[in-house]
Amino acid sequence: MPPSTAPAAITVAALRKSYGGQVVLDGIDLTVAAGTIFALLGPNGAGKTTTVQILSTLIGADSGEARVAGHDVAREPDAVRAAIGVTGQFSAVDGLLTGEENLRLMADLHHLPRAEGRQRARSLLRMFDLVEAAGKPVASYSGGMRRRLDLAMGLVGRPRVVFLDEPTTGLDPRSRQAMWQIVRDLVADGVTIFLTTQYLEEADQLADRIAVLDHGRLVAQGSAAELKRLVPGGHVSLRFADQAAFDTAVRVLPEQSRKAADLTLHVPGDGGVRSLRDLLDLLDSRSVAVESLSVHTPDLDDVFLALTGQPEKVGTPR
Amino acid sequence: MSTLTYAVRDSGTMLRRNLRRWVRYPSMTVLLVGMPILLLLLFVYVFGATLGAGLGGGSGDRSDYVNYVTPGILLIAAGLAATGTAVSVAMDMTEGIIARFRTMAIARVSVLTGHVLGSMVQTMLSLAVVTGVALLIGFRPTTGASAWLAAAGVLVLTAFAFTWLSVALGLVSKSVETASNLPMPLTYLPFIGSGFVPTDSMPDGLRQFAEYQPFTPIIETLRGLLTGGPVATHAALAAAWCAAIALVGYLWAKKLFNRDPSR
Repeated sequence: MPPSTAPAAITVAALRKSYGGQVVLDGIDLTVAAGTIFALLGPNGAGKTTTVQILSTLIGADSGEARVAGHDVAREPDAVRAAIGVTGQFSAVDGLLTGEENLRLMADLHHLPRAEGRQRARSLLRMFDLVEAAGKPVASYSGGMRRRLDLAMGLVGRPRVVFLDEPTTGLDPRSRQAMWQIVRDLVADGVTIFLTTQYLEEADQLADRIAVLDHGRLVAQGSAAELKRLVPGGHVSLRFADQAAFDTAVRVLPEQSRKAADLTLHVPGDGGVRSLRDLLDLLDSRSVAVESLSVHTPDLDDVFLALTGQPEKVGTPR
Repeated sequence: MSTLTYAVRDSGTMLRRNLRRWVRYPSMTVLLVGMPILLLLLFVYVFGATLGAGLGGGSGDRSDYVNYVTPGILLIAAGLAATGTAVSVAMDMTEGIIARFRTMAIARVSVLTGHVLGSMVQTMLSLAVVTGVALLIGFRPTTGASAWLAAAGVLVLTAFAFTWLSVALGLVSKSVETASNLPMPLTYLPFIGSGFVPTDSMPDGLRQFAEYQPFTPIIETLRGLLTGGPVATHAALAAAWCAAIALVGYLWAKKLFNRDPSR
């Protein structure tokens, strides 16, 4: 948990948005402390992009309130715009211009003096490992390069709040690692990051706080550890050699045990050495032969499964 | 700096962006300049002798027809350039960078004014090239420098009106294909006007349409300014039409661009 004294960079209350009759956001409340990374986690179609679009003043909400960097997004959109940088799911770069021209375009639109704009563009090209490609048209860039340029363009104006909408979707593992490092460096400089992702690992790796969004509603909020505690999905999986041993085990083991497959039982537990020994001692005392045993500790996948009941839609990084 | 200063500065930035894009993607420009030149050559060398004979007055030959048709061809060139504008606006709207602009503290209208200014530059270049070719093949204006200047003014006004209209057409189009079809009337209307033959020669109904549609006074103004003839009434009508088209185009474009993109 971030200290409660930190000022909030983003506060959202009862935010709603529908498209036609389709409810996309059904009353969202959240708070992001300044200088932290907040991850909005959810499957495709949960409403992540819509949330980012509202918070970045791109679209209006139907009702509810949202403040970013101290300003109301509906009433003072220009004050919000001056404080934020946005990197969308689909890269917001000009494919006909070169990387450097794209950055200089941003510098001009932020009204930086010419020399300062040029300097800022060069330092961002260095920071994002794009120096060699600086003079090439962006249309020739790889996916990872485009995404880095996209993020760099959002940083030209030194924003205090940065929105990253699925920053690593479609990136190879190396580019993903590079992007994660960039995000960590940003937050070390005091920037607040609002990140959406469908990758549990990404939220786990980066975020100080995670909110799980499903069908337009926040179903849980907290640190990765808090969320994992919320759903004690840890268990020991036991496989028995034959039906007789299985039947005996069902009789002697705690009631919460459940049958996972033929001859296999899942017994709740944290997988600690003491509880494992107790479990095996109990089975030994009844002469039940255990063929194999595995320990399963809870991860965010369990949280997601338990909270949303739709694990199949959630991606995992390859 | 004031809001207006920012708007001017941001428009300049957007103009530079659009000119760079034209330079990087020249095939459209070549097409938009090449088409009216082809039409000019076609009408002068293939139809010119016959159509010239039908003009009445003068010697009635091909050289008369060059003088007659050039203003019409210039309007076609402006209409084609407007098509290019609609296409480039529609293409731009499909790109993510427009969403980025919307999330930045810039003068919003500069995205549009950048397109308008860029297209104006392109249209005027195209008109200059077409005029040059017309001069090469025998277009002989009979009036002086001030009339030339006035004709250039009429063309700037026309290009301004067409460009704002085509920006709106580009914004209202859901696809790039639609955007390339919507401005098509701008390239056909000079035919159903005084662009290629005098309206007197047309049957009733069509003739009235041809006389009262906006292109005819613009063409007649250019014709009067360059090769002699009455100007005043035509010019007033032409200016009124251009102002009306520009205003409608501007207001429509602004409304389309400012609408919530989620709706």
